[in-house]
Amino acid sequence: MPDVRIPTMLRPAVGGAATVSADGETVGEIVAHLVAAYPALGGQVVTEDGSLHKFVNVYVNDDDIRYLSKLDTKVGAGDTVTILPAVAGGAV
Amino acid sequence: MLRLDGTVYAQMLAHCVDGWPLEACGLLGGRPGRPDDGGAAATVCYPTANLAESARVYTVDPRAHLRADRDAEARGLEVIGVFHSHTHTAPYPSPTDVAQAPDPAWHYVLVSLADGAPTVRSYRIVDGNIAEEPVVLLSG
Repeated sequence: MPDVRIPTMLRPAVGGAATVSADGETVGEIVAHLVAAYPALGGQVVTEDGSLHKFVNVYVNDDDIRYLSKLDTKVGAGDTVTILPAVAGGAV
Repeated sequence: MLRLDGTVYAQMLAHCVDGWPLEACGLLGGRPGRPDDGGAAATVCYPTANLAESARVYTVDPRAHLRADRDAEARGLEVIGVFHSHTHTAPYPSPTDVAQAPDPAWHYVLVSLADGAPTVRSYRIVDGNIAEEPVVLLSG
C-alpha cells in the first residue's frame, strides 16, 4: 500500500502518526480511505464538493497532483503521497 | 521561545533584504519545543521563492516546501515555522497572516524592513490568537 505522509497540523487526526498507509489506486481513493479510517480528517484535504482543498498541496512522489490528474492521479503501491499545507500570507 | 541558530538568523535576514522591495519568505527547520528544553530551536533555514512576487503578499513555493520537508526529515528534524518580510509595515501578523496560518504548532517569524534595518519578531498563532514569543540566538 502507498505511504501517506501527514503534515504536523493533521497528525492529531491520525493519532499522531507522521506516516500512514492507505489503500487506493488514485489520490482520491486514498484520501477517501483515510477519512473512513480517521473521520477527523474529513473536509481537511478534500472539500464537501469533492475538490482538493485550496490550502493543501498533495504530491505523488515529487509531482504536485494539481499538474497531473488532481484527485484522479494514479498512485502505485510503492509510491509516496505527501500532504503539505499551503503557506501564504502578507502584510495586508 | 524560539531559539535561532546564528547562521539561520543571518540567512533569513539576507534573504529578506535581497528580496526587497518585494516580500521574501522561507521555512525554518529544527526541533519543536518541549516543556523541559528551553523552547523550539531552528537550526536550518530554507529560503524559498515568493510565488506571489508581491510587496504585499507571499506564497511559499510548494515545490520548495516539499524539498524542505524532505531535507528536514533526512536530518531528523522537521519544518517548525515560516518567516516572511513586511517591506513597509511593522513586524506583526496581518489579518491575512492570521487567516492563512497553516499550522498552530508552527512559529511565525516576521522581518520588517519598514525602518531600513531589519526588525525581527516571532509569534505563535493559534485559533486566531496571536502571542509574541522571545527570539534568542543560539550560541556556539
